[in-house]
Order: sequence, then structure tokens, then C-alpha cells
Amino acid sequence: MYVLGIETSCDETGVAIYHAEHGLCTDLLYSQIEMHSEYGGVVPELASRDHIRKLVPLIKQALQESGLTRKDINGIAYTAGPGLMGALLVGAATARSLAWSWRIPAIAVHHMEGHLLAPMLEEKPPAFPFVALLISGGHTLLVQVEGIGHYRLLGESLDDAAGEAFDKTAKMLGLGYPGGPKLSKLAERGRPVLHFPRPMTDRPGLDFSFSGLKTYTMNAFNASSQTDQAKADIAMAFQSAVADTLSIKCKRALQQTGLKRLVVAGGVSANKHIRASLTEMTARENAEIYFPRPAFCTDNGAMIAYAGCQRLMAGQQQALEIFARPRWPISELSGL
Amino acid sequence: MKLLAVETSTEACSAALLIDGAVAERFEVSPQKHTRLILPMIDALMAEAGLMPQQLDALAFSRGPGSFTGVRIATGIIQGIAFGADLPVVPVSTLAAIAQDFFDHHDDNVCFTAMDARMGEIFWGVYRRDQHGHAELLGREAVTPAEQVEYPPLQGVGAGSGWGVYRDQLMTRLAGLVDRCEPGLLPRAGAIARLGARGFEQGLAVDVEQAMPVYLRDKVAKKESER
Repeated sequence: MYVLGIETSCDETGVAIYHAEHGLCTDLLYSQIEMHSEYGGVVPELASRDHIRKLVPLIKQALQESGLTRKDINGIAYTAGPGLMGALLVGAATARSLAWSWRIPAIAVHHMEGHLLAPMLEEKPPAFPFVALLISGGHTLLVQVEGIGHYRLLGESLDDAAGEAFDKTAKMLGLGYPGGPKLSKLAERGRPVLHFPRPMTDRPGLDFSFSGLKTYTMNAFNASSQTDQAKADIAMAFQSAVADTLSIKCKRALQQTGLKRLVVAGGVSANKHIRASLTEMTARENAEIYFPRPAFCTDNGAMIAYAGCQRLMAGQQQALEIFARPRWPISELSGL
Repeated sequence: MKLLAVETSTEACSAALLIDGAVAERFEVSPQKHTRLILPMIDALMAEAGLMPQQLDALAFSRGPGSFTGVRIATGIIQGIAFGADLPVVPVSTLAAIAQDFFDHHDDNVCFTAMDARMGEIFWGVYRRDQHGHAELLGREAVTPAEQVEYPPLQGVGAGSGWGVYRDQLMTRLAGLVDRCEPGLLPRAGAIARLGARGFEQGLAVDVEQAMPVYLRDKVAKKESER
């Protein structure tokens, strides 16, 4: 079974083709980051306008590059949420009507399910069950995964997502948008002279909060000499605080569930310091850790094609409607 | 000539199938329900005619102006079908569709078409009936405050939601040229289909990559350098 996967939930247009047995055939991505950077953040209307320009050309290119024809495709999977409504609708309308015209099934995929199944595309995929930490610009979630579609939310951010805190802090330090990766680069030159709080680690529970840390960082910045070195020191202290907080919560989640596997996915999982910190923690806990390759940490069509393929093979499919749901709790998904 | 048309740019949602000049249409005023209604509408029209998408000659869609999201729903659907069935696409102005619907039911020959564009502006276009009864644009379409619309010195009638919100301002601006208006007139896929068929004959069909929305309002955010 060949499945065409379409991702348009935020600022990247992703198209991929996945085969149930042969694996990934093609994976294409068009990123809008450059366009949005001029605005200091993602402008939803501009994101939608760009998706509708790029999506069909990418689908066409994906078919060409994979050497497949239209008749080879057996199903279409598209991201239906969570995400930006206008952006989701572009993918949903195009994907659903394309499936209708080809007389093949379509399936609406949950974006975060795509992320947490992304490590399944690697050579050594994790076995179920596992704990998944999803960290991106829009989400921070800890999920207990028993199998595809069997997700229990263990904890989430009560305010800013981890990636959002990175970007906002970077903006404050004058690093532009999206500044998360630049902030980590700057942190490499920092000295361990500052210690920032680890939010919500002093009490039980698996929820996160990064808004207070962001404010603490801002106050530290305002009180500092604001030299390049001071900025680097602050970047390092901030990044360490986020990494430690994530490690503490993940350790707690592993202990609480009794599981020995941790999957880390989402754009922030590309951060080297956070990877190292989580890897050390799992080693101490005698647990295994799994990361998708960097290209599958950020948004992509491959993970949507994979997740959709699993659901289509289980006989699920979407009715003849353009289904998009900007807010969609992952715990509401049905199991296979 | 077999052509399928889709219109979702306002609170109305419609699909139409034109076969050799005869139009079958599904139309519903259904705010927020377009995503659930539109594909079943298309599917029903095609099933009733016993047609597969590949048997069509062309597609037409309401390319805007209108609700940005609504216009993109129609565009996305049409792109999906056009790519899927390898069909040419005729983009049709939403304002032209309103004027066309008006000409189809009245004797007047000039239609001052206005849609509410929010933010104190309207989408504006002046249309004339050509010798074949089709709506033909005079001048250019614009997004503009009602007090500043441009218009030719012709007697005509007003149509579209802009006349509901800015009736007084438009009447003042067009002093004496308009004596009545139909603010409740919504764009319909039937009119998109007729204009689409006409455009197809005139060679105005494009490939799927060129089937794009026309928003008219192109400045939607300020760059950091502009703040």
C-alpha cells in the first residue's frame, strides 16, 4: 500500500509517499521560515497563502521523484490538526478532493501522533509501550503510548510550549526569529555562572510551565551588562534550565509508568544540549532513548504518511468531508 | 461541454454542474458548514449525471474576492480535482458571479457589485451585460472604502453584501446613478459555471498550478521593519 502524506499545519508544506512494506519512497519539504522571519513570527494568513501555492507542485514532484504514477497511490493521509485553521484547511481541502477524484480512501491524521510515531521510520524503531516527550514550537506533551492510537496524556505545558519559550527568549536577546537554534548556538559560548529556576520540578506532577522562566530570563537580561558574553551566559543558563526541567519530568514519567523506553520528538528535540541531557538521564535510569533523525524532528509529510498508512491498513478512513480541527486532544484518538 | 463549478467564498456554499449549457446546482446558506457540505454536493451532482471527474472538460471556481479561508477552500478543492483528473481550470471572480446572477434575473445592464470586506472596506467591481448576456468587467476590481469607489458614469443597480453595510455611502458616492440595490444577493456556483464555460471558450483556462485565489487585500501584516 502506497500512501501519500500531506502536512500543512503550520509554516512548512510537507509531502511524502510511504509504502507499507518498502518504507519511505519520497519526502519533500518546503519551509516558509524565511518569509515569516521578516514578520518576527508566523503570520497565519500568509502561511495559508503560501501552502496553497506550494502544495500541488510538491505533490507532483513527489510522484515524479518516486517514479510512481497516480494509479499506484492507494490512500491519502493529511494533517487535520492541531494547528492553524487556515493552513490545515488548505491541506484538508486539497487532499480530500484529490482522494475523491482518484476514488481512494483518505485519512485525517493527528499532527502529534505523526510526531510521536516519527521514530518508527528509523532503522531501529522503538517497541511499544513507551513514554513520548513531544517538544515543539506549539506543543510540550508527555504521553504514555501503549500502541498506535492508545495514548494517555501524562503532562503538558500550562502556558508556553518549550520551543515558544526558546523563540521568545531569543527574540529578547536580539537573535531574530526563529531564534531557538541561534540561542543554542550562543549558549555554547556561555559560562556556567548563572543558575535559573527549574519550573514546577519542586512539586509532584508531570505538567510544565515555561512562561515564568521566560520572565526570569528577561529580568536577568535587564539586570545584566547586556554584553555579548552576558547574553551567552544567559542563553546557557536558560537552555540548561529547560533541558534539566525536561529531564526531571521525563525521569519522573518513566518511574511513574514503570516503562523503560523514552521517545523524544518535535522540533526542539533537534537541540543538542537537550538531547545530551535526556540521553544521560535515560542511561542512569537504564532506559532506552529514541530520537527521529533531525529532518523528522520538525514538521514533515513522512510522519503523516506513516501514521495515515497504519490507520488505513486497519480499515479506518475519513468520510467525504474536509476535516480540520485546530484544537484536538491527542487522548481523543481511537486505537487500532 | 461538461464543467464542474465550486463556490465557497461567503456564508453561502454551492456546487454546480454545467452540461451543454444546462446547469444543475446545489446551494445552501450555511455559515461554518462548508467543509461538511461541499464535497457531498459535488459528489451528488456527479453521481446524478453519471459522470466521473475524468469525463469533465474543465473546472471553474470562485477565485475571490471573499472570505480568505472560504476562497481557499474552493481553490484547494479545485486544485485537488484538477490535479487528480488532469483538468484545466477557469478562475472566476466572485464579484462577476454576483453580477451574472443579477443579469440572469433582471433586465438591467449595469451592476455595481460590492461585497463587505470588513475593516471599513468593500470588494468592488462594476459589471456590464455583454451581447451574449455574460457579466463583463468595466475598469478593475478593488478593495476600497465605499466612499472612494471608482465607477463609470452609467445608470445601474447595486448588488452584494457591501450594499447592506454601506448603502448610504455608496448611494452618495454614485449620486443618481443607482436607484435600487439587492444587498442579499450571494455568489452562486451556477453563475460561476456559466462564466467558467464562457471563459473556457475564450481560452482563459489555466493549469492547476495557476489556479490561485485573488484576495485583492494583499497587505495582511506588517513586517518588523515597517512597525
